[in-house]
Amino acid sequence: MAMAMGCLLPPEPSQAAYREHQSTWSPYENNGGTCVAIAGLDYCVIAADTRMSVGFSILTREHSKIFQLSEKCILASSGFQADIRTLQKHLDARHKIYQHEHNKQMSCPAMAQLLSNTLYYKRFFPYYAFNVVGGLDNEGKGCVYTYDAVGSYERVGYSSQGSGMQLIMPVLDNQLKSASPLLLPAKESATSLTESEAIDLIKDTFASAAERDIYTGDSMELLVVNASGIRREYMELKKD
Amino acid sequence: MFATGIAEEDRKGSYVDRSISRPCNFEISQQSPVTHTQYPYVTGTSVLGIKYKDGVLLAADMAGSYGSTVRYKSIHRLKAVGSHAVLGASGEISDFQQVTQYLDELVLNDYMWEDGNKLGPQEIHSYLNRLMYNKRNKFDPFWNSLVLGGVENGQKYLGVVNMIGVHYKDNHVATGFGNHLARPMFRNEWREDLTLEEGVKLLEKCLLVLFYRDRSSINKFQIAKITEEGVVISEPFALKPNWDFKAFHNPTLGADGSW
Repeated sequence: MAMAMGCLLPPEPSQAAYREHQSTWSPYENNGGTCVAIAGLDYCVIAADTRMSVGFSILTREHSKIFQLSEKCILASSGFQADIRTLQKHLDARHKIYQHEHNKQMSCPAMAQLLSNTLYYKRFFPYYAFNVVGGLDNEGKGCVYTYDAVGSYERVGYSSQGSGMQLIMPVLDNQLKSASPLLLPAKESATSLTESEAIDLIKDTFASAAERDIYTGDSMELLVVNASGIRREYMELKKD
Repeated sequence: MFATGIAEEDRKGSYVDRSISRPCNFEISQQSPVTHTQYPYVTGTSVLGIKYKDGVLLAADMAGSYGSTVRYKSIHRLKAVGSHAVLGASGEISDFQQVTQYLDELVLNDYMWEDGNKLGPQEIHSYLNRLMYNKRNKFDPFWNSLVLGGVENGQKYLGVVNMIGVHYKDNHVATGFGNHLARPMFRNEWREDLTLEEGVKLLEKCLLVLFYRDRSSINKFQIAKITEEGVVISEPFALKPNWDFKAFHNPTLGADGSW
């Protein structure tokens, strides 16, 4: 220690701060959160909670996980906030370029493919982001795309991602009973629920997830996309 | 992907792509040492920030700790950025001072355009977010949690960004120990219409609690005020601690098995 007074040497190994960081650092962090989306025949509902946490600490109670990619395409993401924000900015920039080149907005299925490619581009240093894309397709039907962190994706009728997905997904499976994807020819995957029924179901699943998942809570932000545009709603969740 | 410095011949016929199996250029060069930050040397502890009626207040002590040694006692951890924003830092002090230099260059360059435009707190926060995230992408992070407070045409701004680029805004924020000890107090007592006096009182109460429980904090603080009029960073001051609390006298009383 004595010789360290004048020049800067690392602290002695016995010093706490040094030992704490012996394990060095991680470029990733899980900031939690849950996303849900349901596709209807002429609408799509996308929702996410607004809690942002790390470990047992809550960083903020009002952080939106939902990002509007276009007039008919919404992205909801949970995972590592810094990666998510980067991903959103990247997609937004790509969409601006697309609009300048084609003089129209990107379709939701095209945006879904772009997100997949963007995630896979970082296959060996991935974005730690778990995404659900929801919106209306070219026929005006509701569509939901669900992803893993490295870009595998699938079009489905409903989906959930994030820390509360283990709690929410089985409930959606049970309540929505969409046709088996094994059936040939393929059956309609969008739910026959009405818009307000789908919204009520989502509200119930979030209230339940907030009860048991510590990373889900505070409040829920919900977007409805239909022919008349986008509507936004909020619902309070448990704050403990 | 990443440069490895391995001769092309070496790689031929090799089944494993080494650039993937070894993500960092630790062993690339015989001449230059590794210059990636793996842990901090001199660190500052919590920074607190709240919005109040007329602007934003930030608070921090002036310690720079070297491990568990309080090595420096007059470190300025609150720094004005331009005319209407203040940056507060916990974590590695040298990294903070480097960030501060970047910001001064940015603000100066902006000023030299002489177009009357200047960076607002939102833009400065965005810059810091990208800076921190970019450094973590290089596996050479700035080891800080930064708090940015500012005011821009009547809008109050208070944001945080950490060493890996995670960032958020809130009405009240705190880094490190402060997130555990000060934020619960903020949640109880913070209001949108706090006066300056009430805001300062709340911050001083939290600083004192941190002084009691966070061993690397010292009783020498600064508070920064950002309003429409500009930035004022206070002279260093001390608070009057009260060691007469009953629980301080015999802290092991009621803790069975302790000595």
